[in-house]
Amino acid sequence: MKVLVCISHVPDTTSKINFTSDNKEFDKNGVQFVINPYDEFGLTRAIWLKEKQGATVTAINVGKAETEPTLRKALAIGADDAIRIDADATDGFYVAQQIAAVAKENNYDLIIAGRESIDYNGGQVAGMLAALLNQPFVNACVGLEVEGSNATLMREIDGGKETLTASLPLVIGGQKGLVEEKDLRIPNMRGIMSARTKPLAVKPATDGASRVQVGSFEKPAPKSAVTMVEADNMDELVKLLHEEAKVI
Amino acid sequence: MSVLVYLENWEGKFKKNTFEAAQYAAKTAEMMGTSVIGVTFGTISDDAAELGKYGVSKVLNLSGDDYNSFDNYKIAAALKEVAAAQNCDTLIVSGTFNGKAVAPLYSVMAEAGMITNVTELPSSVAPLTVKRSVFSSKGFVNYSTEASSKVIVFIPNAVGVVAGSGSAEMTESNVSLGDLPQTNVTNVDRVQGKIPLPEAERVISGGRGLKGPENWSMVEELAELMNAGTACSKPVADMGWRPHNEHVGQTGIAINPELYVAIGISGAIQHLAGVSNSKTIVVINSDAEAPFFKAADYGIVGDAFEVVPKFIEALKKFKA
Repeated sequence: MKVLVCISHVPDTTSKINFTSDNKEFDKNGVQFVINPYDEFGLTRAIWLKEKQGATVTAINVGKAETEPTLRKALAIGADDAIRIDADATDGFYVAQQIAAVAKENNYDLIIAGRESIDYNGGQVAGMLAALLNQPFVNACVGLEVEGSNATLMREIDGGKETLTASLPLVIGGQKGLVEEKDLRIPNMRGIMSARTKPLAVKPATDGASRVQVGSFEKPAPKSAVTMVEADNMDELVKLLHEEAKVI
Repeated sequence: MSVLVYLENWEGKFKKNTFEAAQYAAKTAEMMGTSVIGVTFGTISDDAAELGKYGVSKVLNLSGDDYNSFDNYKIAAALKEVAAAQNCDTLIVSGTFNGKAVAPLYSVMAEAGMITNVTELPSSVAPLTVKRSVFSSKGFVNYSTEASSKVIVFIPNAVGVVAGSGSAEMTESNVSLGDLPQTNVTNVDRVQGKIPLPEAERVISGGRGLKGPENWSMVEELAELMNAGTACSKPVADMGWRPHNEHVGQTGIAINPELYVAIGISGAIQHLAGVSNSKTIVVINSDAEAPFFKAADYGIVGDAFEVVPKFIEALKKFKA
């Protein structure tokens, strides 16, 4: 079984988000980058498939050289090899086209992407990739078992969960539930050392269109000052919620 | 060219999400100077005429074996066929779990420019320009698309709904789907009697300050009194005190209710990222230095085990 795990290179969840002075771009200054948390659950699930069912795991990323440490981390966690497509990840459709081109050459049995990345929150790549490859798609996937060429999956739905079956090859948009938080792996020294020598192929981008244009960024409007209410005066809170905030 | 809207139903029933999508589409169509057509799938038990109150007067219903359970490819392909047959160039989808599964498939099939995570009505229709949230609501940006076909996915509760007058007529319709990749639903497990978080107008949320899962009854009582959904912080879900589908925050569910009440949650940046779009935020915390107070509209410094029962009493008095 060949598994491809899509890795997005994103600011750490604790990052303060700033934009460049012309508001045209995200300001990367002083920002720590990590594997997109949604992708990390998928990566760990893929490594379980490797350990328990003999799968090979390839990590892929669309990005310039600065994203390589993130791919190396995926290798240190346990991916067998990695591919970096040397292009800026301009939008979801562009990224999906790039990964689809690699997938078409390599016939993966399973492609795991995150349901969204925590930077642009597009939630587009996994589904677009499935459609470009004409393979079954399960989004917000919280459970995956593979037996032969059949998969049993679970996905989150509004107010519950749904169980599905599908045949490989298939594409999922993963999230927590594929594995739990406690199952995530911190690379150990041996992993980090071996990651240095694992193959990381750099491929040129293929032609791909982008269908959206990005305008100016802005930060959320600052919150007005908090109104403190005394702990023994909950009647006042109810009154404020009713009369001032008008939410009850 | 008209606007098409995916009108989701849950076991035949429409919900606020459906009406919000209808209204978003109707208002977009009005800006474009064109008409709107709704599509809904499967057997409908609700009165489709209701959709007219939100500006959609023409609704097509596609039913039959293909739509008895949810299949993202079938819905996406059907929407594409309907869009072509009805001359629609813009599709509006609510960002529910199903909507988010369908839209990217549709965008590839229909070669549509796709804009997701949208927080407002379009600011312009030539080219189509809308504001969307990025970096888990730590920023916003206008996206536009000049593609001839377009799909917009808005965040549930982002624009809200106001019922007007009007009525809708629903007619049966059918399209040919062709060969599509398949998934088969074998089981649907929906929690009964609870308000799903993405659509909840009010949300009561608990954190580690509540000390243990056995103390959630007061959160649930408060939620019931306010007709609210229940949520929790990440550590609470990770410790297994509450199910993962209640985790709100950067890597959980992002919500934007009218009211968010945070009990015993300190307000780490990752948590704020998922809830800061709430219109009104109430924070109850024993630590006066908790960072959450800076993001709150109303703050109460006190022991949750004393404050929440008093809050419940005050609400009961107010409702009586």
